[in-house]
Order: sequence, then structure tokens, then C-alpha cells
Amino acid sequence: MINYIWAFIIIASILYSFVTGNYKIINNEILISSKTCIDLILKLFPMIALWNGIVTIANKSGLLNKFALLISPILSKLFKNIPKESNAIGYIASNIAVNMFGLGSAATPLGLKAMKELQKYNKNKDEASDEMITFLVLNTIGITLIPTTVISLRLSNGSSDASCIVLTSILSTFISAIFGLLLDYHFRKKRK
Amino acid sequence: MIIPLLVLFIIIYGIIKKVNVYDTFVDGAKEGVEMGLSLFPYILGMILATNILLKSGLLDAMLELLAPIFNFFHFPKELFPLAFIRSISGSASISTLNMILSTYGADSFIGKVASTMQGSTDTTIYIITLYFGSIGIKKTRHALKAGLFADLISIIASVIMVKLLL
Repeated sequence: MINYIWAFIIIASILYSFVTGNYKIINNEILISSKTCIDLILKLFPMIALWNGIVTIANKSGLLNKFALLISPILSKLFKNIPKESNAIGYIASNIAVNMFGLGSAATPLGLKAMKELQKYNKNKDEASDEMITFLVLNTIGITLIPTTVISLRLSNGSSDASCIVLTSILSTFISAIFGLLLDYHFRKKRK
Repeated sequence: MIIPLLVLFIIIYGIIKKVNVYDTFVDGAKEGVEMGLSLFPYILGMILATNILLKSGLLDAMLELLAPIFNFFHFPKELFPLAFIRSISGSASISTLNMILSTYGADSFIGKVASTMQGSTDTTIYIITLYFGSIGIKKTRHALKAGLFADLISIIASVIMVKLLL
């Protein structure tokens, strides 16, 4: 799907610029996009590396695991049909914990393991189970404690209070989580 | 306040648990550098697409058509590009956010809402594709609907939260 969207955006924009006659701007834009990209990467780079370093300490000291244990009782309530002995809840909890601290690279493998585990309890193997969808909703909501990428972009764009958006982000995530889970619950009920 | 506290806590906890904190930090940072580098081609591809979309005037023309809807909901139309792209691609939304912050200012209302939007949701379509693809699920049922609905709520909530709190 991303292939089509990417191609569509480029084709439509270039055609549009021919129609309106400002293709010169597009010409420049294509030529300088690699420079724009380098600038952007340079803005993000230091913070990604720094935060990854800090969170790796939290990971190695077992802090993230502790945190995962803390949230797993709540998760057990959301995933009632998954047996206690399964590793699924553990993987889901770790995935969310790691995501909260912004260690995206470690979150994905855990998420994939969780999906694999959930697939074991799925009756229809090519159709998503209720639990999988709930997990995906939790995941796409993007529960993040510190949005490091955003903070570094704000810093490099001259913000005087770059981390002021931490609280608003957490609250807005929380609200969307509630609504997302409610809609998920509604769909589940409707099916039964 | 939250960042210094968190860093302090993580490091103290690490020392208590006898982790070689400095070595571990360096290892993690190294991995972060590789991660940053591996982002380059993705961000490049998306910068190409989003920049010509914005500069060609095509997006403005589309926005003009949708303006009555935005006005009805009091939704700032400057935020539409990010709202549109956020669920589709992480790299594209990073580059769009950067453009919004440099155009309107990081500390402007628009800049703060855009930052909150970016910070409060993840790339729904990418995650659904990746996670379901990995275990061969073809029928995704209401996953996309629920995910995109949550994204929409977080966009609206971002505007409200920034209005109320910042």
C-alpha cells in the first residue's frame, strides 16, 4: 500500500506542477531533497543515540522488566481468553514497556513474538483474533512517555521549551487509548 | 522535569543492579547511531514525496476544497498534512513535522499541536501491515477501523489538550 501512496503523491504533484506551471520549484525541490534529508537526520541523530543509550541501561538493569510486570495485571484483564501459562501477556507487557520508553527498535521484535504467541490460540489462522486486534490497537496508539524524536526536532527548530509537549502527548494518547479500546470492545460485542 | 528525573532514576537503578552503566550507555548509543543511519533512505524517500506535494501547491488546492469542513470543526488547516500522513508513514510524518515547525515556529500553537500529534500516536498502517504480515493473517477484521479511529481521536485530543494546557 505504501508503494501506491508514495507513487501517487509524486506523480500527482509533478503533473499538478506542469498544469500550474511552477515546475521550476519542483525541479529544485527534487535536487535539494537529499540535502534536506541530511539536515533532518543530523537533527534527529544525537537524540536517538543518546536516548537509546539511556534506555539500554534501563533494559539491562531489569527496570523495563519490572515495569512490564507492573502493567501485566491490567493487560490480563484485556486478554482474558489467553491462558495464564502463555508467554503472550509477558511479550505484550514488555512491548508496551519498551515502547513507553521510546526504544522502538526493541519493541518491534517483542511485538512480533507476541503476535506469534497469540496466533497459537487463534482458531482461524488467516483471520485476526479479538486479542490480536486489541493488541494492535494498544500498539498503534503509541503509548510513549518521552517522545524523543519530537523533542529533538523542536529543539533544533529553536523551541525555548522543547519538552512542554510531554504532558499533552501523554494525555492525548490516554484519551485515544480509551476510545480505541471502546470501539474495539463494541466490534467484539457486535460479532457475538 | 520528567526527563532529568527519569535519567537519574535509570542510572541509580542501574548502579544498584551492578550494571556497567557507562559501557551499556555507549553500546546503546552505538545501536542508536546505526538506527539513525538506517533511517536515512526511508526519510529521503518520504522527504522527496512530501516536499514536492507541499511545494507543488497540490496539497493547498486539496485543502481549499476541504476548508469548509475544517472550519466547521475549528480544526487548523495547517495541521492537515500531518494528520493525513501520520498514520501512513513514520518517516513522512517526521519530515512533515519538521516542515511545520520551521514554517510556523516550534513554540507557536500550530507547532505545539503538531508536536503533540506526532508524540501521541504511532504509524497505524505500518504496524498493522507488519504485525499481521509476520504471521500470515489475511482478514484483519476491524483492526484498521479501530486503529484509525484512535488516531482520529488523538488528533482531536491534541488540539484540545494544547488549547487547555499550553
